[in-house]
Amino acid sequence: MGKFFAITILVIAILSAIPIVMHTWEAPADISTHGHLIDEQMSETMAEAGISFLAAQLLLAFFIWQFSNRGTESKLKSFPGGAKALVIAALLVVGVEVLALGVFGVKAWADVYLTPPSASAMPIQVQAGQFAFYFRYPGPDGKFGAIHPERINEGSQEFFGLDKEHDVESRDDIVTAEMAIPVNKEIHLLMHAKDVGHSFFVRELRVQQDFVPGLDVSLHFTATKIGRYEIVCTQLCGLGHYNMKAYLDVLSNDDFNEWMKKEAAMQ
Amino acid sequence: MATTVHEPPRLDPRRLPNHGNGGGGNLVPADGDRRLALDYSPPPSSTAIWVVLFAISMMFAAFTSALVVRKGSSLDWRTFKLPSILFLNTLVLFASSVTLEVSRRRIAVFMGNLQAQVETPARWLYVTLCLGVLFVAGQYVAWSQLRAEGLYLATNPSSSFFYVLTVTHALHVLGGLGGLVYVIRKLGKASLRRSTLNATARYWHFMDLLWLYLLLLLWVKL
Amino acid sequence: MHDTSAQAVQHHAPTSFLRKHVFSLDHKVIGKQYYALALAAALIGMALSWIMRIHLGWANAAIPGLQTLSPNGAPGGVLTPEYYLQLMTMHGTIMVFFVLTTAPFAAFGNYFLPIQVGAEDMPFPRFNMMSFWVTFTAFLVLVSSFFLGDGPTLGGWTQYAPLNAIGSSAGPGQGLGVVLWMISIALFCIGQLLGSLNFISTTLDLRVKGMSLMRLPLSAWAWFITSCMGLTAFSVLMPACILVILDHVAGTSFFVPSGLVLNDQLVPHSGGSTLLWQHLFWFFGHPEVYIAIVPGIGIVSHILIANMRKPMLSQRVLIYCMGALAVLSYMVYGHHMFVSGMNPVSALAFSFPTLVITIPATITVLIWVFSLYGSRLRINSASLFALGFISMFVSGGVSGFFLAQPSIDIMLHATYFVVGHFHMVMGVAAMFGIFAGTYFWFPKMSGRMMNETLGKVHFWLSFVGTYCIFMPFHYLGLVGNIRRNSTFVFDYVQPLIPVHQLITVAALITGAAQLVFVYNLIHSRFWGKPAPDNPWEATSLEWSTATPPPWDNFGGKHPVVYHDPYQYGVQSSVGDYVMQASPEQVKTDHEEK
Repeated sequence: MGKFFAITILVIAILSAIPIVMHTWEAPADISTHGHLIDEQMSETMAEAGISFLAAQLLLAFFIWQFSNRGTESKLKSFPGGAKALVIAALLVVGVEVLALGVFGVKAWADVYLTPPSASAMPIQVQAGQFAFYFRYPGPDGKFGAIHPERINEGSQEFFGLDKEHDVESRDDIVTAEMAIPVNKEIHLLMHAKDVGHSFFVRELRVQQDFVPGLDVSLHFTATKIGRYEIVCTQLCGLGHYNMKAYLDVLSNDDFNEWMKKEAAMQ
Repeated sequence: MATTVHEPPRLDPRRLPNHGNGGGGNLVPADGDRRLALDYSPPPSSTAIWVVLFAISMMFAAFTSALVVRKGSSLDWRTFKLPSILFLNTLVLFASSVTLEVSRRRIAVFMGNLQAQVETPARWLYVTLCLGVLFVAGQYVAWSQLRAEGLYLATNPSSSFFYVLTVTHALHVLGGLGGLVYVIRKLGKASLRRSTLNATARYWHFMDLLWLYLLLLLWVKL
Repeated sequence: MHDTSAQAVQHHAPTSFLRKHVFSLDHKVIGKQYYALALAAALIGMALSWIMRIHLGWANAAIPGLQTLSPNGAPGGVLTPEYYLQLMTMHGTIMVFFVLTTAPFAAFGNYFLPIQVGAEDMPFPRFNMMSFWVTFTAFLVLVSSFFLGDGPTLGGWTQYAPLNAIGSSAGPGQGLGVVLWMISIALFCIGQLLGSLNFISTTLDLRVKGMSLMRLPLSAWAWFITSCMGLTAFSVLMPACILVILDHVAGTSFFVPSGLVLNDQLVPHSGGSTLLWQHLFWFFGHPEVYIAIVPGIGIVSHILIANMRKPMLSQRVLIYCMGALAVLSYMVYGHHMFVSGMNPVSALAFSFPTLVITIPATITVLIWVFSLYGSRLRINSASLFALGFISMFVSGGVSGFFLAQPSIDIMLHATYFVVGHFHMVMGVAAMFGIFAGTYFWFPKMSGRMMNETLGKVHFWLSFVGTYCIFMPFHYLGLVGNIRRNSTFVFDYVQPLIPVHQLITVAALITGAAQLVFVYNLIHSRFWGKPAPDNPWEATSLEWSTATPPPWDNFGGKHPVVYHDPYQYGVQSSVGDYVMQASPEQVKTDHEEK
């Protein structure tokens, strides 16, 4: 049975690796300017994880094959080099490997989170609430009107609680249920949580960020390919969490201006 | 009960207890000479009380970090003046630690030397007990004073933490009072172990130190 | 005066039924009670997972019996989205707390730690008994939430704020359900602290003559290290739960900021910090998962050595690795919070220790694998599960390489990749540790052998089955399948539903295999072959006493320890091993390290 077990481990390890090697399970093509660093990290990590996984499982299988159910007369042996060799190997190989991953991964992270948005980035606000995303564009004055939580009323479609009477800046704000952005234009996304924790995830854009109730966080990114993409909520927010999504349309400049005009007219 | 399987070898005072065992942390030498180890082996209640004190410290550390974060996360923190009776309560608690030490020495004499005539060895334990009860009563007065000023648990985050910290501390002091009662009973039945008394005393002194820390925290932060 | 009778409060064996079987002060009975609790919890948790998996594969499936349990939650037997989340929350909570913390640590540790150090019992048997009954009460409180109010909380076992503190307007189960969860977990923490108290003082103070720290078996070291971790972790979770309860019932605002609007109503709280909960929870939460795995590491090492007939390449290094895992586990907790909105620089600060923690884990695996070299490996149910543990630990561990890096976490956070990762290490590896311990120690605990054939059937179905269930989770995560979704409605997930259906089939089959194990347990308990005192020819102290051990463990005679715990591969009068308590001096065949 020991040898059969060894074969089983081997088969499982190889079968597990096949889908990865065949690239059948991967995130969709990257449409962002920063995403290639993330994808490179992912490939490198996959290679190193894959090698570690296969090596460990193979060794385990091999030793089980060689040394299981030997007779009681067979000689006991000890791995030459002993524990010291293994500790050194682990420190050198694994230690260097993971630290390298960490160090090289800093840039991928810093690009997203430790760089400020450029001054010309287009600000868009997204509000997450049970169980929908709503978006707000600042309009021609470039300023967002204040959010008055006590005025929020979904029934009357007042999603942001704007006071158009008293707040001048909110008069030209454009509120939409879908997010549209021009291609190749940096976006500064301001994230506001209406009720509980939510999260903003667009696979193709390589962005994921939680909304934090009580703390407004922001993201910046640039989309490089026109298309329609799904924005999904990834932070458990209640019973409608599974259904909480919106669409992101990346449009050409002209199409985007058209869209804005249409949305402004509908306010 | 405990039967030694082998006679322990004669004790050689020049022999170090740590040979070949990888360090001073080992309590039983490899050669099996348990008598040396006995002198070093702490009674379980000594280890246990450190475990308990550590857990209590971690809990108050968690409350402390919650306080610090909560204070910094919003502009609604309103400081208020601590009721002055708290300082009197501090003195009472400190006095109870002193009386506990006095009683510990008297009991040690009583337990260790049957010739010494120590009457009522439990007297100073009763004094400690009373002072402890007085402390808790004083805390209750402090809470009443705050309520009279309109500061309740939910009034403001500062009052929330005041109540949470002081009530939790008081509950642990009540636990310590329970320990003192247990010690008094055991002493009365002449079955008190010194390790139990020491552990209880350590716990009580810790309540004192913890209170000083909390008072400082509240005074600085609130 | 130094009191050695601190070893046992009771001086004679218990006689009444209640004292013997219910409110027992005997650590062995308490250990078995914990095991029974963990078993019941595991069966409930597994049933919950079946319901979840059926729904995920077939969203409109009518599940028999569910309508009776909750007419609102599952009208016509079809799960509503909220009920799915409620069941999911209970599945996670029950499994992590009442199975993975309870069985490897509280059950086996309570039973075997005192025996392995040579003691008659733990030093505080009344606290030990309290520890079990408090934990049991915690379990009852948790399960009661199924039947009270509008059901259990739906916020996941992580119970993030402010969802956990706002109250029932946030969803079904978010009022009473959350309060019951918090009370249950606070009680659980207290129970475990009482347990840690006993474990630590047993290990440090009750070791018998000749038992130095380095002569403790690896399982004893694992229980000791775990109890130290528990001390630090549980004492932080408990105050956090208390603060949430206050937010619910006392109108405080520790975790709820101002300006929140639910159902068009302003939430009355203000000023609280939602991230505060995450910091407190994960400071506990990450060590908790090491609390779940470290006993398994010790138990598996212990069992493997007996079945390899030689010690590990270095016992000392394994102990240091377990210690390193424990210490590092406190520095890494922020890797659960990379995209949470916390300072992105902190993300890097947490990422490096997370990558570094790979090193002791790797050393441990390497020592296990290379100790197999040159061994005389015996294949039986216990050793199969122990070897399976290694395979699973490797599989679960390498997915950690990805999650440790914040940039990659952007793509994998909250996906099935994470679910695959933690199920591999906890749901499979830690469970395999429990199974290995059961097959190994059942003879000693019950006096009977388990059925080997059924054990092997259990192993094969479980080993292959769990790979079939959880390996695909990683692929789903790489494509972006989001977790905690009761039904798959996002466009890009539609093509993945057939994969979920296959997984469900694997899950149901693997689940059925666990029933083989339960049958084996029950049948062997009453009709198994009588077991000898030392069926595995093992060396540690538990094998030098009767099977099952008498009430004071060693029948009035304290053993004396003459050897390191794993003297295998020697020539002695009894075979190729020398027991720790045997005075026989032998030369070893190979170098001791």
